[in-house]
Amino acid sequence: MGWVPAPQQGWVAPHIVSELPGLGIAWVEVDAKPGRSPDPVRRRLRDLSDRTYGSQAIRLRERPIPWAYRVFYRQIGLDPDRTRTPVEQLTLDRLHDGGFRSHGLPADGLNIAIVETGVALRAFDADNVEGRLCIRDSAPGESLSGHGEMARGTLVIADEARPVGLLFGSTAEGLAVERSSRRIAVAAVQVKGVPQIAVEEALWMAASTLEAT
Amino acid sequence: MDGRLDAGGHLTPRLHFLKMPALLRKPGFDGLDAGVDERGARLELRRQIARLEAELGARFGDGFGHTEIPHRIDALAAAPRVLDLGELETVRDRLADRVAEAERALVERQRFEDENRNLVEKMFAAPQDFKWVRVSRQDLGLHGCGHWHSKPRLGPIGMLMGWWRVKVSSGCPLAGRLAAVER
Repeated sequence: MGWVPAPQQGWVAPHIVSELPGLGIAWVEVDAKPGRSPDPVRRRLRDLSDRTYGSQAIRLRERPIPWAYRVFYRQIGLDPDRTRTPVEQLTLDRLHDGGFRSHGLPADGLNIAIVETGVALRAFDADNVEGRLCIRDSAPGESLSGHGEMARGTLVIADEARPVGLLFGSTAEGLAVERSSRRIAVAAVQVKGVPQIAVEEALWMAASTLEAT
Repeated sequence: MDGRLDAGGHLTPRLHFLKMPALLRKPGFDGLDAGVDERGARLELRRQIARLEAELGARFGDGFGHTEIPHRIDALAAAPRVLDLGELETVRDRLADRVAEAERALVERQRFEDENRNLVEKMFAAPQDFKWVRVSRQDLGLHGCGHWHSKPRLGPIGMLMGWWRVKVSSGCPLAGRLAAVER
């Protein structure tokens, strides 16, 4: 897309991608300070709230990108009505709370991008991520820091040293964005049916929101 | 319902060996000499899951606000992982069951609404034959408040004289009236 910082493409374990073609991960790193969202971001959340209706929530699962994530959740054994996809969770929260509540940065930046594009995004403390991100299955006895041992074959997002979070789940201790974090890695999980342009747009939107603060 | 769906997800009597590796491993099937491509079968099942999820999503949207659409399927795993063939078959079969149930629920609801629509037409034609019958807009699949009610004109006098009519209610209560009730 020609914007800076350019997104980096992670890798997926070959035996996983042969089973789940279309699965991918891309991320972008930005200098940003977690904290209260500035007024323009809060205003944007309010605008987004005004554009999100109940009727859209009901038909959300028929839209291509939210549908693609629901399908993927089914294919990896999750129930998308219990472990909700990010965009569905945010839309339900919007209906429940009467608007998108501000949770500060980087959450607001990610939430805006998720609702606008439907793409699933995660944030990690980039200073603690070692090397490239990837999606792989857990090895026997491997654990997610702060969450204990994982069942063998659990799908995780990992760096070159260890798992940094479950794929669509908890984040490892020390990898979540804290108040002391100064550099944030925003990662997009792409599944079959989600176009590359949507992934890049989501990353660009989240990164530009975080960088502008 | 193992092996009931073909590649397009339609009911078919044709055997599709790719989708029945468990069956082919049983004694007595050795002579068929049919190769088992489990990965191909898993990919095919995932494709069917995608199609069924789309169908279920569409029916959920169609039925929302009109009738309860069964759409829940319990998770097979506590954490995300690559499902094996049997698990994918389970997800596919449960989805297919939900789609069928949703379809039935929608058809039944449609029939219920059609019957009520006919009833309202008959009430207008001969209100005296439907004394005190009341049909709401929801019963016809319409949004908003209101109902059709077969009532006598002038209360007891109309009842004695047989002056029946269908009264159409005036819709949802106004905000001011609701506020007055709250006070």
